[in-house]
Amino acid sequence: MRRILSILLENEPGALSRIVGLFSQRGYNIESLTVAKTDDETLSRITISTRGDERVLEQITKQVNKLVDVLKVRELTERPNVEREIVLVKMLAENNEQREEIKRCSDIFRGQIIDVTAKIYTVQLLGTSEKVEAFIDVMRENGNIIETVRSGVVGIGRGDKALKP
Amino acid sequence: MEKEETPMLSGAQMVVKSLEELGVKYLFGYPGGAVLDIYDALFEHQAIEHILVRHEQAAVHAADGYARATGDVGSVLVTSGPGATNTITGIATAYMDSIPLVVLSGQVPTTVIGEDAFQETDMVGCSRPIVKHSFLVKRAEDIPEAIAKAYYIARTGRPGPVVVDLPKDIVNPLIKAPYNLPKDINIRSYKPSSKGHPRQIKKAVELLCNAKRPVLYTGGGIISADASTELTSLAEKLNIPVTNTLMGLGGISGVHPQFVGMLGMHGTYEANKVMHNADLIFAVGARFDDRVTNNVKKFCPNATIVHVDVDPTSISKTIQAHVPVVGGAKRVLQQVLDLIERADIDNDKDEMAKWWSQIDQWREVDSLGYKKSPEQIMPQQVIECLYEVTNGDAYVTSDVGQHQMFAAMYYPFKKPRQWINSGGLGTMGFGLPAAMGVKLAFPDSYVACVTGDGSIQMNIQELATCLQYGIPVKIININNSSLGMVKQWQSMFYDGRHSHSYMDSLPDFVKLAEAYGHVGMRVSDPAELKDVMEKAFAMKDKLVFLDINVDPTAHVYPMQIKGGKIDDMVLATKDGENK
Ligand SMILES: Cc1ncc(C[n+]2csc(CCOP(=O)(O)OP(=O)(O)O)c2C)c(N)n1
Ligand SMILES: [Mg+2]
Repeated sequence: MRRILSILLENEPGALSRIVGLFSQRGYNIESLTVAKTDDETLSRITISTRGDERVLEQITKQVNKLVDVLKVRELTERPNVEREIVLVKMLAENNEQREEIKRCSDIFRGQIIDVTAKIYTVQLLGTSEKVEAFIDVMRENGNIIETVRSGVVGIGRGDKALKP
Repeated sequence: MEKEETPMLSGAQMVVKSLEELGVKYLFGYPGGAVLDIYDALFEHQAIEHILVRHEQAAVHAADGYARATGDVGSVLVTSGPGATNTITGIATAYMDSIPLVVLSGQVPTTVIGEDAFQETDMVGCSRPIVKHSFLVKRAEDIPEAIAKAYYIARTGRPGPVVVDLPKDIVNPLIKAPYNLPKDINIRSYKPSSKGHPRQIKKAVELLCNAKRPVLYTGGGIISADASTELTSLAEKLNIPVTNTLMGLGGISGVHPQFVGMLGMHGTYEANKVMHNADLIFAVGARFDDRVTNNVKKFCPNATIVHVDVDPTSISKTIQAHVPVVGGAKRVLQQVLDLIERADIDNDKDEMAKWWSQIDQWREVDSLGYKKSPEQIMPQQVIECLYEVTNGDAYVTSDVGQHQMFAAMYYPFKKPRQWINSGGLGTMGFGLPAAMGVKLAFPDSYVACVTGDGSIQMNIQELATCLQYGIPVKIININNSSLGMVKQWQSMFYDGRHSHSYMDSLPDFVKLAEAYGHVGMRVSDPAELKDVMEKAFAMKDKLVFLDINVDPTAHVYPMQIKGGKIDDMVLATKDGENK
C-alpha cells in the first residue's frame, strides 16, 4: 500500500543523507521524495512516498523518528490530507493535429501550456499523483512525449492539525 | 567583581579543554597529519591520559571495553583518511552493542574538502550507517558545543557511538576564538524518554502477576541502564525464572538459583525450554534477535509478550509485542516494582511452584555437562578453571568463536559489566584491546581476555601497547589450531569439509609474548592446568600470555537446529557425541 510520510527535521547539512541512507540501508523503498526548508528556515520538511504494510510502516516511522536530526514524523495517509504533485510534460507539436490534441487533453486535465516553440509544447499539470499519472498515460498513448519531469508528492493534513516542533 | 571572561583558545586547545571539562580520563588514539595540532595541544597535558595504540581499530575497541566496564563514554582520537577508516570496525562493533563512544577524527582543511586531498575520506559518510549521530564541525568556535553534544548523545537514551569530524584548519593553533562549553545540552529534535507509560506498566504488571509460566528474558539493556538490582528484586519478589542474552549476562547473578542460563543458539536446554513453554515473556532490554529466536514463525507460540525497551524500533521489529513499553530498563522496572508494592499485588505461588518443578526437570538434563579426558584439556574446563582461580570476580573479555561461547556458558558472571564481548557484530580482534580498556579502568581487578588462536592474531600488535603503559591483562588463548567455530559448522553442516578453517603455521605464542616483553606460558596437560593458571594470575604486574592447547575436536553444545523452534537443539551426550 502506498503511504506518504511527512518529516520535520533540522535544516542542517547531512540531515537529508541520513534519511535517504536509512531507507536504503534497511531496504525500504522510496517512490518519491521532496525536500525544502519551511517557513521557519531552521527546519526542513520532507515528504516521502513509500510502500509497505502496517508493520513496515511502523518500523519506518520509528526508525526515522530515532534519527537525532528529526523532530516529527507523521504518516499523512492516516488522516484526511491533501496531496499535490507537479508534472512538466514536453511533447512534439509539429502539426495542427498534434497541437489540437495536446491543447484538448491539457484542458480536460486543467493543465497549462507553459512553453511553446515551433515544434514543441510543454504542459504543466498540478494534481494528485493519480491525476498526474492519468495525464501521462493519455499523453503516452498519443505517442508524442519527449520528456517528463515530476516533482514528487507533497502533502499536508487537512484542518488545524499541523506538523510543528 | 569582574565577570569571568570567555577565554580565547585555538581549535586544538578547545578540543583538549572540552574533553578535560567533560571528565575524559583516557583518550585512545593514534596521531597523523590532520590531528598534529590536537596532539600538540595534548603534549604534556596532565588531566587526560592518552594511550597510543598500535592500530586505530584497537583504539576504538579499547575505548569500548573501557565504556562497557565503567558505564562512562569511551573516547578516541584518530587522524583523517586511513586513521578514520581503520576505526570503522570498532565503531560498528560499538553500534551493534549500544556502547557509548565519541570518536574524534581529523579531517582535511574545509578549504579542500571534496577535492580528494591527501588522506581525505568522507568520514561522516563512511560511518553514517553505524553511528548514533555525527558532526562535521566547520568553525573553531563550534567545537566545544559539538563535542559536548556528542558526549550527551552517546550516553543518553539508547547509547551508541558518535563521530566528530574536525577539519585541520579549524584546529589551527594560530587562530583563536571564544571558547564556550555549554553546561546544559538541549537538543530540540532529541528527547529520549526513560519513563514508561503508566497505562502500559499497569497492563504489564497484570499480565506478569496472572501468568502461570512467566519468564524474564533480559539483555544488554539491563547492563547499560544499571538495572540489575531492580531485575533481581522483581525476579525474587514473584519467584520468576530469568534468562539472559549473550549481551545480558551478569544482569542477574550467574549463580542465582532463579537464573536458568543464557538462551538462544547456544543457550541452555532449560532456558530455551522455559521460553518455548512460557505463557508470558517479559522482555527487558533485549531485542529478539535471530541468534535468540531461531525461526521467528515458530517462536514461542503460547506466549503473550511484554517488551520493554528504551528504543521503540526494537519493539515489534522481529516479534510482535502484545504490550509494548517504551522506557529505560531501570526506570520501568522501578515503576513495575512500585506498582506491585503499592497495589499489593502478588502472583499465585502454587502455580510458580509447579512451574519450577517443571524447570527443575529440564535442568536435570545437565545440558552443559561434558566429558573430561586425562590426555587433553577440554575448552570448557579452561573456563571453569579460570572461574575458580579468579573466584568468579574477573572481568572477562572475549573474542569471537567457540571460546567466546564457552566463556559465556561456563563462567557464571556474578555482576553486570563483568562480561565484555562483541555480541552483535561478532568482531574477532575485539578481546585484547577491550581488555586494555578494562584494565586501565580497574587496575586492581583481574582482567582476563579469553581468546582463540585465530582471533588473537587480529589485534596481537596491542601487546606492545600493553608493555608501554603497563597493562598486565591475562590472555587465555584457547588454542585448538583452528578457526574452531567455522570448523564446527563445517563438521555439522558441510559434511566435514573443513574449507580454510585450519590455522597452519601458528606462531609460537610463548616466544611471541616474550618478544613483546611479556611472559608466555604453555600448557597441554589437564593435570597442570590449574597450577599454571594460578601462577599466571599470581604475577600481578605482568601480562601473561597463557597458550592452552585444547581438544581440537570439541564442539559447542547445546546448539539450536536451524529453522526450528527456539528449543529445537542438538545436545552433547556425556561421552561427547551428539544426542
Ligand atoms: C573479523 C571477523 N572475521 C571473520 C569472522 C567469522 N568467524 C567467526 S568465529 C571464527 C573462528 C574464530 O577462530 P578462533 O579465534 O581460533 O576461535 P575458536 O572458534 O577456535 O575458539 C571466524 C573466522 C568473525 N567473526 N570476525
Ligand atoms: Mg581457534
